Amino acid sequence: MRLINRYPDRPSRLLLVLMPFALVLLVYFIGSADRLAENPNDKLLPSAAQMVDAVHRLAFEADKRSGDYLFWGDTLSSLQRLGMGLGIAALVGLCLGIAAGSLPLFGAPLSPLIGVLSMVPPLAILPILFIVFGLGELSKVMLIVIGVAPVLARDLEQRAREIPSELLVKAQTLGATTWTLILRVILPQLLPRLLIALRLALGSAWLFLIAAEAIASTDGLGYRIFLVRRYLAMDVILPYVAWITLLAWLMDLGLKHLTRLAFPWYEGGRA
Amino acid sequence: MIEVRNLWKQYGDQTVLERINLTIKEGEFCSLVGASGCGKSTFLRMLLGQERPSRGEILLDGKPLADEPDSSRGVVFQRYSVFPHLSVLDNVALGLELPRAPLLGRLLGSAKAEAREQARQLLQRVGLGHALEKYPAQLSGGMQQRLAIAQALIMKPRVLLLDEPFGALDPGIRKDMHALLRELWQETRLTVFMVTHDLNEGFSLASRVLVFDKLRVDPHEPGAYGARITYNIPLSRRREPVSLAAVVTSPGASAAALIPR
Repeated sequence: MRLINRYPDRPSRLLLVLMPFALVLLVYFIGSADRLAENPNDKLLPSAAQMVDAVHRLAFEADKRSGDYLFWGDTLSSLQRLGMGLGIAALVGLCLGIAAGSLPLFGAPLSPLIGVLSMVPPLAILPILFIVFGLGELSKVMLIVIGVAPVLARDLEQRAREIPSELLVKAQTLGATTWTLILRVILPQLLPRLLIALRLALGSAWLFLIAAEAIASTDGLGYRIFLVRRYLAMDVILPYVAWITLLAWLMDLGLKHLTRLAFPWYEGGRA
Repeated sequence: MIEVRNLWKQYGDQTVLERINLTIKEGEFCSLVGASGCGKSTFLRMLLGQERPSRGEILLDGKPLADEPDSSRGVVFQRYSVFPHLSVLDNVALGLELPRAPLLGRLLGSAKAEAREQARQLLQRVGLGHALEKYPAQLSGGMQQRLAIAQALIMKPRVLLLDEPFGALDPGIRKDMHALLRELWQETRLTVFMVTHDLNEGFSLASRVLVFDKLRVDPHEPGAYGARITYNIPLSRRREPVSLAAVVTSPGASAAALIPR
Protein backbone atom coordinates (compact mmCIF):
# COMPACT_ATOMS: atom_id res chain seq x y z
CA MET A 1 0.00 0.00 0.00
CA ARG A 2 1.24 3.47 -0.80
CA LEU A 3 2.52 5.49 2.10
CA ILE A 4 0.02 8.26 1.37
CA ASN A 5 -2.89 5.87 2.00
CA ARG A 6 -1.67 4.46 5.29
CA TYR A 7 -3.10 5.79 8.53
CA PRO A 8 -2.06 4.98 12.10
CA ASP A 9 -4.74 3.28 14.20
CA ARG A 10 -5.51 4.51 17.71
CA PRO A 11 -2.87 2.74 19.81
CA SER A 12 -0.12 3.25 17.27
CA ARG A 13 -1.10 6.92 16.92
CA LEU A 14 -0.57 7.40 20.66
CA LEU A 15 2.78 5.64 20.35
CA LEU A 16 3.76 7.86 17.41
CA VAL A 17 2.78 10.97 19.38
CA LEU A 18 4.84 10.03 22.43
CA MET A 19 7.84 8.56 20.66
CA PRO A 20 9.58 11.78 19.52
CA PHE A 21 9.24 13.28 23.01
CA ALA A 22 10.59 10.10 24.60
CA LEU A 23 13.47 10.05 22.12
CA VAL A 24 14.47 13.63 22.88
CA LEU A 25 14.39 12.96 26.62
CA LEU A 26 16.31 9.73 26.18
CA VAL A 27 19.05 11.38 24.13
CA TYR A 28 19.29 14.18 26.67
CA PHE A 29 19.57 11.96 29.73
CA ILE A 30 22.07 9.62 28.09
CA GLY A 31 24.21 12.63 27.25
CA SER A 32 23.73 14.06 30.72
CA ALA A 33 24.67 10.79 32.44
CA ASP A 34 27.67 10.50 30.18
CA ARG A 35 29.02 13.95 31.00
CA LEU A 36 28.29 13.66 34.72
CA ALA A 37 30.12 10.32 34.85
CA GLU A 38 33.16 12.05 33.50
CA ASN A 39 32.85 15.18 35.66
CA PRO A 40 30.32 15.26 38.53
CA ASN A 41 30.56 19.07 38.64
CA ASP A 42 29.57 19.48 35.00
CA LYS A 43 26.87 22.17 34.68
CA LEU A 44 25.94 21.90 31.04
CA LEU A 45 23.58 18.90 31.06
CA PRO A 46 22.17 18.56 34.58
CA SER A 47 20.52 15.31 35.63
CA ALA A 48 16.84 14.98 36.45
CA ALA A 49 17.65 14.89 40.16
CA GLN A 50 19.60 18.13 39.92
CA MET A 51 16.75 19.85 38.10
CA VAL A 52 14.12 18.58 40.53
CA ASP A 53 16.33 19.84 43.32
CA ALA A 54 16.63 23.29 41.71
CA VAL A 55 12.91 23.53 41.09
CA HIS A 56 12.20 22.45 44.64
CA ARG A 57 14.53 25.13 45.95
CA LEU A 58 12.88 27.85 43.85
CA ALA A 59 9.27 26.76 44.04
CA PHE A 60 8.82 25.32 47.53
CA GLU A 61 11.41 27.06 49.67
CA ALA A 62 11.18 30.73 50.52
CA ASP A 63 14.05 32.80 49.18
CA LYS A 64 16.47 33.52 52.03
CA ARG A 65 16.88 37.17 51.09
CA SER A 66 13.30 38.23 50.22
CA GLY A 67 11.21 35.45 51.77
CA ASP A 68 9.38 34.97 48.42
CA TYR A 69 8.81 31.81 46.50
CA LEU A 70 10.75 32.87 43.41
CA PHE A 71 9.32 30.40 40.93
CA TRP A 72 5.71 31.34 41.62
CA GLY A 73 6.52 35.03 41.89
CA ASP A 74 8.26 34.94 38.52
CA THR A 75 5.37 33.05 36.96
CA LEU A 76 2.80 35.47 38.35
CA SER A 77 4.66 38.59 37.15
CA SER A 78 5.24 37.16 33.71
CA LEU A 79 1.66 36.01 33.28
CA GLN A 80 0.39 39.38 34.44
CA ARG A 81 2.49 41.21 31.87
CA LEU A 82 1.59 38.75 29.17
CA GLY A 83 -2.12 38.86 30.01
CA MET A 84 -2.23 42.64 30.10
CA GLY A 85 -0.22 42.94 26.91
CA LEU A 86 -2.34 40.43 25.03
CA GLY A 87 -5.57 41.87 26.40
CA ILE A 88 -4.76 45.40 25.37
CA ALA A 89 -3.38 44.21 22.03
CA ALA A 90 -6.58 42.25 21.38
CA LEU A 91 -8.73 45.27 22.14
CA VAL A 92 -6.64 47.63 20.02
CA GLY A 93 -6.32 45.12 17.20
CA LEU A 94 -10.05 44.47 17.22
CA CYS A 95 -10.98 48.15 17.10
CA LEU A 96 -8.44 48.96 14.38
CA GLY A 97 -9.29 45.85 12.40
CA ILE A 98 -13.02 46.54 12.45
CA ALA A 99 -12.57 50.21 11.61
CA ALA A 100 -10.16 49.53 8.76
CA GLY A 101 -11.93 46.46 7.44
CA SER A 102 -15.55 47.52 7.50
CA LEU A 103 -15.60 51.30 7.10
CA PRO A 104 -14.01 52.29 3.77
CA LEU A 105 -13.52 55.89 4.91
CA PHE A 106 -11.52 54.70 7.93
CA GLY A 107 -9.78 51.96 6.01
CA ALA A 108 -8.28 54.37 3.47
CA PRO A 109 -5.95 56.07 5.96
CA LEU A 110 -5.66 53.23 8.51
CA SER A 111 -4.92 50.27 6.32
CA PRO A 112 -1.56 51.43 4.88
CA LEU A 113 -0.55 52.82 8.26
CA ILE A 114 -1.16 49.49 10.00
CA GLY A 115 0.66 47.73 7.19
CA VAL A 116 3.75 49.87 7.67
CA LEU A 117 3.64 49.82 11.47
CA SER A 118 3.43 46.03 11.55
CA MET A 119 6.76 45.96 9.70
CA VAL A 120 8.59 47.88 12.44
CA PRO A 121 10.64 45.30 14.37
CA PRO A 122 9.28 45.73 17.93
CA LEU A 123 12.60 44.83 19.55
CA ALA A 124 14.29 47.63 17.61
CA ILE A 125 12.09 50.19 19.35
CA LEU A 126 12.41 48.57 22.78
CA PRO A 127 14.98 51.23 23.82
CA ILE A 128 12.49 53.93 22.82
CA LEU A 129 9.87 52.26 25.00
CA PHE A 130 12.26 52.16 27.96
CA ILE A 131 13.09 55.84 27.43
CA VAL A 132 9.46 56.91 26.99
CA PHE A 133 7.70 54.64 29.47
CA GLY A 134 10.51 54.06 31.95
CA LEU A 135 11.84 50.72 33.11
CA GLY A 136 8.65 49.72 34.94
CA GLU A 137 5.82 47.41 33.99
CA LEU A 138 4.40 49.77 31.40
CA SER A 139 7.25 49.47 28.91
CA LYS A 140 7.16 45.67 29.02
CA VAL A 141 3.42 45.56 28.47
CA MET A 142 3.75 48.15 25.71
CA LEU A 143 6.32 46.03 23.91
CA ILE A 144 3.87 43.16 23.73
CA VAL A 145 1.06 45.49 22.66
CA ILE A 146 3.16 47.12 19.94
CA GLY A 147 4.44 43.79 18.74
CA VAL A 148 1.13 41.97 18.65
CA ALA A 149 -1.60 44.56 17.99
CA PRO A 150 -0.67 45.41 14.37
CA VAL A 151 -0.56 41.73 13.47
CA LEU A 152 -4.01 41.18 14.99
CA ALA A 153 -5.35 44.34 13.35
CA ARG A 154 -4.15 43.24 9.92
CA ASP A 155 -5.64 39.80 10.27
CA LEU A 156 -8.98 41.09 11.54
CA GLU A 157 -9.13 43.76 8.85
CA GLN A 158 -8.73 41.03 6.27
CA ARG A 159 -11.41 38.90 7.94
CA ALA A 160 -13.78 41.85 8.14
CA ARG A 161 -13.37 42.39 4.41
CA GLU A 162 -14.12 38.73 3.82
CA ILE A 163 -17.58 38.99 5.38
CA PRO A 164 -19.88 38.60 2.36
CA SER A 165 -21.36 41.95 1.32
CA GLU A 166 -24.72 40.21 1.08
CA LEU A 167 -24.76 39.95 4.87
CA LEU A 168 -24.03 43.65 5.29
CA VAL A 169 -26.78 44.56 2.83
CA LYS A 170 -29.15 42.18 4.53
CA ALA A 171 -28.50 43.73 7.92
CA GLN A 172 -29.24 47.16 6.48
CA THR A 173 -32.56 45.94 5.13
CA LEU A 174 -33.27 44.72 8.67
CA GLY A 175 -32.88 48.27 9.93
CA ALA A 176 -29.28 48.28 11.12
CA THR A 177 -27.29 51.48 11.48
CA THR A 178 -23.52 51.46 11.00
CA TRP A 179 -23.07 51.07 14.74
CA THR A 180 -25.57 48.26 15.28
CA LEU A 181 -24.33 46.54 12.14
CA ILE A 182 -20.84 46.44 13.62
CA LEU A 183 -22.17 45.40 17.02
CA ARG A 184 -24.50 42.63 15.90
CA VAL A 185 -22.97 41.34 12.67
CA ILE A 186 -19.30 42.21 12.25
CA LEU A 187 -18.08 41.99 15.84
CA PRO A 188 -19.62 38.60 16.62
CA GLN A 189 -18.28 37.17 13.38
CA LEU A 190 -14.78 38.46 14.10
CA LEU A 191 -14.50 37.33 17.73
CA PRO A 192 -13.67 33.70 16.90
CA ARG A 193 -11.14 34.96 14.37
CA LEU A 194 -9.63 37.13 17.09
CA LEU A 195 -9.10 34.10 19.31
CA ILE A 196 -7.44 32.23 16.46
CA ALA A 197 -5.22 35.21 15.66
CA LEU A 198 -4.32 35.43 19.35
CA ARG A 199 -3.27 31.79 19.37
CA LEU A 200 -0.99 32.44 16.44
CA ALA A 201 0.43 35.53 18.15
CA LEU A 202 1.14 33.74 21.45
CA GLY A 203 4.62 32.75 20.35
CA SER A 204 5.72 36.28 19.50
CA ALA A 205 4.06 37.65 22.63
CA TRP A 206 6.21 35.33 24.77
CA LEU A 207 9.25 36.33 22.76
CA PHE A 208 8.66 40.02 23.47
CA LEU A 209 7.95 39.31 27.13
CA ILE A 210 11.16 37.34 27.68
CA ALA A 211 13.17 39.94 25.76
CA ALA A 212 11.81 42.83 27.82
CA GLU A 213 12.32 40.93 31.08
CA ALA A 214 15.83 39.96 30.12
CA ILE A 215 16.84 43.57 29.60
CA ALA A 216 15.16 45.45 32.42
CA SER A 217 13.30 43.70 35.20
CA THR A 218 13.56 42.52 38.77
CA ASP A 219 11.39 39.45 38.44
CA GLY A 220 9.71 37.27 35.85
CA LEU A 221 10.51 34.03 34.09
CA GLY A 222 12.67 35.70 31.47
CA TYR A 223 14.50 37.73 34.10
CA ARG A 224 15.34 34.60 36.10
CA ILE A 225 16.63 32.71 33.08
CA PHE A 226 18.93 35.54 32.10
CA LEU A 227 20.02 36.09 35.71
CA VAL A 228 21.11 32.53 36.41
CA ARG A 229 22.76 32.35 33.00
CA ARG A 230 25.69 34.10 34.68
CA TYR A 231 26.24 31.02 36.88
CA LEU A 232 25.70 28.60 34.00
CA ALA A 233 22.74 27.30 36.05
CA MET A 234 21.30 24.98 33.44
CA ASP A 235 19.48 23.13 36.23
CA VAL A 236 17.28 26.23 36.60
CA ILE A 237 17.17 27.36 32.98
CA LEU A 238 15.97 24.07 31.54
CA PRO A 239 12.99 23.62 33.93
CA TYR A 240 12.07 27.28 33.39
CA VAL A 241 12.07 26.80 29.62
CA ALA A 242 9.97 23.67 30.01
CA TRP A 243 7.59 25.55 32.30
CA ILE A 244 7.23 28.44 29.82
CA THR A 245 6.58 25.97 27.04
CA LEU A 246 3.94 24.25 29.14
CA LEU A 247 2.26 27.56 29.98
CA ALA A 248 2.23 28.64 26.33
CA TRP A 249 0.85 25.29 25.27
CA LEU A 250 -1.89 25.44 27.91
CA MET A 251 -2.85 28.97 26.82
CA ASP A 252 -3.07 27.79 23.24
CA LEU A 253 -5.21 24.84 24.29
CA GLY A 254 -7.40 27.09 26.43
CA LEU A 255 -8.01 29.54 23.58
CA LYS A 256 -8.82 26.66 21.26
CA HIS A 257 -11.44 25.28 23.63
CA LEU A 258 -12.80 28.74 24.33
CA THR A 259 -13.33 29.25 20.59
CA ARG A 260 -15.23 26.01 20.39
CA LEU A 261 -17.31 26.65 23.51
CA ALA A 262 -18.13 30.31 22.96
CA PHE A 263 -18.69 30.15 19.20
CA PRO A 264 -20.28 26.79 18.45
CA TRP A 265 -21.50 28.12 15.11
CA TYR A 266 -18.03 28.92 13.90
CA GLU A 267 -16.57 25.59 12.78
CA GLY A 268 -19.82 24.44 11.22
CA GLY A 269 -20.29 27.78 9.54
CA ARG A 270 -17.11 27.38 7.58
CA ALA A 271 -18.03 24.05 6.04
CA MET B 1 -46.19 52.54 -7.03
CA ILE B 2 -42.72 51.79 -8.34
CA GLU B 3 -41.78 53.93 -11.27
CA VAL B 4 -38.54 53.63 -13.19
CA ARG B 5 -37.74 56.62 -15.36
CA ASN B 6 -35.18 56.48 -18.16
CA LEU B 7 -32.77 54.39 -16.12
CA TRP B 8 -29.18 53.79 -17.32
CA LYS B 9 -26.38 51.85 -15.74
CA GLN B 10 -22.83 52.12 -17.02
CA TYR B 11 -19.56 50.81 -15.66
CA GLY B 12 -16.89 52.92 -17.34
CA ASP B 13 -17.68 52.71 -21.04
CA GLN B 14 -19.56 49.46 -20.55
CA THR B 15 -23.29 50.06 -20.79
CA VAL B 16 -25.24 47.44 -18.89
CA LEU B 17 -28.76 48.84 -18.95
CA GLU B 18 -30.19 51.63 -21.03
CA ARG B 19 -33.46 53.53 -21.25
CA ILE B 20 -35.42 51.43 -18.79
CA ASN B 21 -38.91 52.74 -18.23
CA LEU B 22 -41.29 50.80 -16.08
CA THR B 23 -44.31 51.25 -13.86
CA ILE B 24 -45.20 48.52 -11.43
CA LYS B 25 -48.32 48.60 -9.29
CA GLU B 26 -48.34 47.63 -5.67
CA GLY B 27 -48.81 43.92 -5.11
CA GLU B 28 -47.35 42.75 -8.41
CA PHE B 29 -45.04 39.76 -8.56
CA CYS B 30 -42.50 40.53 -11.26
CA SER B 31 -40.01 37.98 -12.43
CA LEU B 32 -36.93 39.28 -14.17
CA VAL B 33 -35.64 36.88 -16.80
CA GLY B 34 -32.97 37.07 -19.47
CA ALA B 35 -29.61 35.74 -20.49
CA SER B 36 -26.65 35.81 -18.09
CA GLY B 37 -24.99 39.19 -17.91
CA CYS B 38 -27.97 41.04 -19.30
CA GLY B 39 -28.24 43.27 -16.28
CA LYS B 40 -31.25 41.85 -14.48
CA SER B 41 -29.33 41.40 -11.24
CA THR B 42 -27.88 44.90 -11.66
CA PHE B 43 -31.43 46.20 -11.98
CA LEU B 44 -32.38 44.36 -8.80
CA ARG B 45 -29.39 45.80 -6.94
CA MET B 46 -30.48 49.28 -7.99
CA LEU B 47 -33.97 48.60 -6.68
CA LEU B 48 -32.30 47.48 -3.47
CA GLY B 49 -30.17 50.62 -3.26
CA GLN B 50 -26.94 48.60 -3.30
CA GLU B 51 -25.98 50.31 -6.56
CA ARG B 52 -26.91 53.67 -7.99
CA PRO B 53 -28.23 54.31 -11.47
CA SER B 54 -25.86 56.20 -13.78
CA ARG B 55 -28.81 58.14 -15.16
CA GLY B 56 -32.51 58.27 -14.47
CA GLU B 57 -34.30 57.49 -11.26
CA ILE B 58 -36.42 54.98 -9.44
CA LEU B 59 -39.42 56.31 -7.55
CA LEU B 60 -41.23 54.52 -4.76
CA ASP B 61 -44.65 56.13 -4.21
CA GLY B 62 -43.45 59.16 -6.18
CA LYS B 63 -40.36 59.68 -4.04
CA PRO B 64 -36.83 58.75 -5.13
CA LEU B 65 -35.49 55.60 -3.51
CA ALA B 66 -32.93 55.98 -0.76
CA ASP B 67 -29.35 55.55 -2.02
CA GLU B 68 -28.64 52.75 0.43
CA PRO B 69 -30.48 49.63 1.50
CA ASP B 70 -33.13 50.23 4.15
CA SER B 71 -36.00 48.45 5.82
CA SER B 72 -38.55 49.38 3.12
CA ARG B 73 -37.00 46.74 0.87
CA GLY B 74 -36.38 43.17 1.94
CA VAL B 75 -33.99 40.93 0.12
CA VAL B 76 -33.13 37.25 -0.29
CA PHE B 77 -29.90 36.37 -2.08
CA GLN B 78 -28.95 33.04 -3.55
CA ARG B 79 -26.29 32.61 -0.87
CA TYR B 80 -25.16 34.37 2.30
CA SER B 81 -28.61 35.62 3.16
CA VAL B 82 -28.63 34.55 6.79
CA PHE B 83 -26.26 35.29 9.64
CA PRO B 84 -24.17 32.22 10.47
CA HIS B 85 -23.53 33.34 14.06
CA LEU B 86 -27.19 33.61 15.07
CA SER B 87 -29.66 30.84 15.74
CA VAL B 88 -32.65 30.52 13.43
CA LEU B 89 -34.83 32.31 15.94
CA ASP B 90 -32.37 35.15 16.48
CA ASN B 91 -31.84 35.55 12.74
CA VAL B 92 -35.49 36.55 12.46
CA ALA B 93 -35.79 38.37 15.78
CA LEU B 94 -32.81 40.51 14.74
CA GLY B 95 -35.05 42.43 12.35
CA LEU B 96 -37.29 43.40 15.25
CA GLU B 97 -34.40 44.26 17.55
CA LEU B 98 -32.24 46.43 15.30
CA PRO B 99 -34.72 49.25 14.56
CA ARG B 100 -35.84 49.48 18.19
CA ALA B 101 -32.44 49.39 19.85
CA PRO B 102 -30.19 51.95 18.16
CA LEU B 103 -27.67 51.86 20.98
CA LEU B 104 -27.18 48.19 21.82
CA GLY B 105 -28.64 46.58 18.72
CA ARG B 106 -30.45 44.14 20.97
CA LEU B 107 -33.59 44.15 23.06
CA LEU B 108 -33.66 43.06 26.68
CA GLY B 109 -36.18 41.48 28.99
CA SER B 110 -39.82 41.40 27.96
CA ALA B 111 -39.25 43.30 24.73
CA LYS B 112 -36.83 40.59 23.69
CA ALA B 113 -39.26 37.83 24.62
CA GLU B 114 -41.95 39.56 22.61
CA ALA B 115 -39.73 39.89 19.54
CA ARG B 116 -38.77 36.24 19.82
CA GLU B 117 -42.41 35.21 20.10
CA GLN B 118 -43.26 37.15 16.95
CA ALA B 119 -40.29 35.59 15.17
CA ARG B 120 -41.36 32.15 16.36
CA GLN B 121 -44.81 32.56 14.85
CA LEU B 122 -43.42 33.61 11.48
CA LEU B 123 -40.90 30.75 11.50
CA GLN B 124 -43.73 28.35 12.23
CA ARG B 125 -45.52 29.76 9.21
CA VAL B 126 -42.59 29.11 6.85
CA GLY B 127 -42.10 25.60 8.24
CA LEU B 128 -39.09 26.11 10.47
CA GLY B 129 -40.87 25.74 13.81
CA HIS B 130 -38.85 22.64 14.61
CA ALA B 131 -35.43 24.24 14.07
CA LEU B 132 -35.60 27.42 16.13
CA GLU B 133 -32.40 26.85 18.10
CA LYS B 134 -30.27 25.54 15.25
CA TYR B 135 -27.58 27.51 13.50
CA PRO B 136 -27.94 28.12 9.75
CA ALA B 137 -25.00 25.82 8.98
CA GLN B 138 -27.04 22.97 10.41
CA LEU B 139 -29.91 23.62 7.98
CA SER B 140 -30.29 22.35 4.41
CA GLY B 141 -30.15 24.82 1.53
CA GLY B 142 -33.93 24.93 1.24
CA MET B 143 -34.39 25.55 4.94
CA GLN B 144 -31.80 28.33 4.84
CA GLN B 145 -33.79 30.05 2.10
CA ARG B 146 -36.99 29.63 4.12
CA LEU B 147 -35.19 31.31 6.96
CA ALA B 148 -33.99 34.11 4.67
CA ILE B 149 -37.53 34.70 3.47
CA ALA B 150 -38.89 34.79 7.02
CA GLN B 151 -36.11 37.17 7.97
CA ALA B 152 -37.10 39.53 5.16
CA LEU B 153 -40.83 39.26 5.86
CA ILE B 154 -40.61 40.11 9.55
CA MET B 155 -39.74 43.69 8.50
CA LYS B 156 -43.04 43.95 6.60
CA PRO B 157 -41.19 45.57 3.69
CA ARG B 158 -43.01 47.34 0.85
CA VAL B 159 -40.93 45.48 -1.69
CA LEU B 160 -39.36 42.02 -1.55
CA LEU B 161 -36.36 41.49 -3.82
CA LEU B 162 -35.25 37.95 -4.63
CA ASP B 163 -31.96 37.37 -6.44
CA GLU B 164 -32.12 33.85 -7.85
CA PRO B 165 -33.34 32.66 -4.48
CA PHE B 166 -33.83 29.03 -5.49
CA GLY B 167 -30.96 28.73 -7.98
CA ALA B 168 -28.92 26.43 -5.76
CA LEU B 169 -31.75 24.12 -4.68
CA ASP B 170 -32.81 20.66 -5.82
CA PRO B 171 -35.84 20.55 -8.13
CA GLY B 172 -38.09 18.94 -5.52
CA ILE B 173 -37.19 21.45 -2.83
CA ARG B 174 -37.55 24.23 -5.36
CA LYS B 175 -41.17 23.18 -5.93
CA ASP B 176 -41.88 23.38 -2.19
CA MET B 177 -40.29 26.80 -2.08
CA HIS B 178 -42.43 27.97 -5.01
CA ALA B 179 -45.54 26.88 -3.17
CA LEU B 180 -44.43 28.68 -0.02
CA LEU B 181 -43.54 31.86 -1.88
CA ARG B 182 -46.85 31.88 -3.77
CA GLU B 183 -48.78 31.43 -0.52
CA LEU B 184 -46.85 34.17 1.23
CA TRP B 185 -47.34 36.53 -1.70
CA GLN B 186 -51.07 35.88 -1.74
CA GLU B 187 -51.33 36.40 2.01
CA THR B 188 -49.31 39.61 2.17
CA ARG B 189 -49.86 41.08 -1.31
CA LEU B 190 -46.27 42.25 -1.23
CA THR B 191 -44.65 43.69 -4.31
CA VAL B 192 -42.06 41.15 -5.35
CA PHE B 193 -39.19 41.30 -7.84
CA MET B 194 -37.50 37.99 -8.52
CA VAL B 195 -34.46 37.46 -10.71
CA THR B 196 -34.42 33.94 -12.11
CA HIS B 197 -32.71 31.87 -14.76
CA ASP B 198 -35.55 29.42 -14.82
CA LEU B 199 -38.18 30.60 -17.34
CA ASN B 200 -40.70 28.11 -16.05
CA GLU B 201 -40.25 29.43 -12.53
CA GLY B 202 -40.58 32.98 -13.80
CA PHE B 203 -43.83 32.32 -15.58
CA SER B 204 -45.47 30.05 -13.03
CA LEU B 205 -44.94 32.30 -10.01
CA ALA B 206 -45.20 35.83 -11.29
CA SER B 207 -48.01 38.13 -12.21
CA ARG B 208 -45.73 39.92 -14.64
CA VAL B 209 -42.62 38.77 -16.48
CA LEU B 210 -39.97 41.28 -17.49
CA VAL B 211 -37.57 40.02 -20.14
CA PHE B 212 -34.18 41.73 -20.31
CA ASP B 213 -32.29 41.60 -23.58
CA LYS B 214 -29.94 43.62 -25.74
CA LEU B 215 -31.77 44.98 -28.75
CA ARG B 216 -28.72 46.47 -30.39
CA VAL B 217 -25.34 44.79 -30.47
CA ASP B 218 -22.24 46.36 -31.97
CA PRO B 219 -19.92 43.43 -32.72
CA HIS B 220 -16.89 45.72 -32.59
CA GLU B 221 -17.79 47.15 -29.24
CA PRO B 222 -19.95 44.76 -27.24
CA GLY B 223 -20.19 47.18 -24.34
CA ALA B 224 -21.60 50.04 -26.37
CA TYR B 225 -25.26 49.21 -25.93
CA GLY B 226 -27.02 48.01 -22.83
CA ALA B 227 -29.94 45.69 -22.29
CA ARG B 228 -33.51 46.91 -22.18
CA ILE B 229 -36.76 45.35 -21.07
CA THR B 230 -37.79 43.80 -24.36
CA TYR B 231 -40.95 42.14 -23.14
CA ASN B 232 -43.22 43.18 -20.34
CA ILE B 233 -45.74 40.40 -20.05
CA PRO B 234 -48.65 40.76 -17.66
CA LEU B 235 -50.05 37.39 -16.67
CA SER B 236 -53.56 36.99 -15.39
CA ARG B 237 -53.12 36.62 -11.65
CA ARG B 238 -54.41 33.14 -11.36
CA ARG B 239 -54.33 31.38 -8.05
CA GLU B 240 -53.21 28.23 -9.82
CA PRO B 241 -49.66 27.97 -11.08
CA VAL B 242 -49.37 28.95 -14.72
CA SER B 243 -46.90 26.88 -16.65
CA LEU B 244 -44.78 28.27 -19.42
CA ALA B 245 -46.52 26.04 -21.94
CA ALA B 246 -49.93 27.40 -20.97
CA VAL B 247 -48.83 30.97 -21.52
CA VAL B 248 -47.23 30.30 -24.84
CA THR B 249 -50.10 28.24 -26.21
CA SER B 250 -52.97 30.36 -24.93
CA PRO B 251 -53.57 32.75 -27.82
CA GLY B 252 -54.88 35.62 -25.77
CA ALA B 253 -51.90 35.87 -23.49
CA SER B 254 -49.26 35.45 -26.15
CA ALA B 255 -50.81 37.82 -28.65
CA ALA B 256 -51.57 40.57 -26.19
CA ALA B 257 -48.48 40.26 -24.05
CA LEU B 258 -45.58 39.53 -26.32
CA ILE B 259 -45.42 42.97 -27.78
CA PRO B 260 -42.07 44.65 -27.49
CA ARG B 261 -42.11 47.98 -25.82
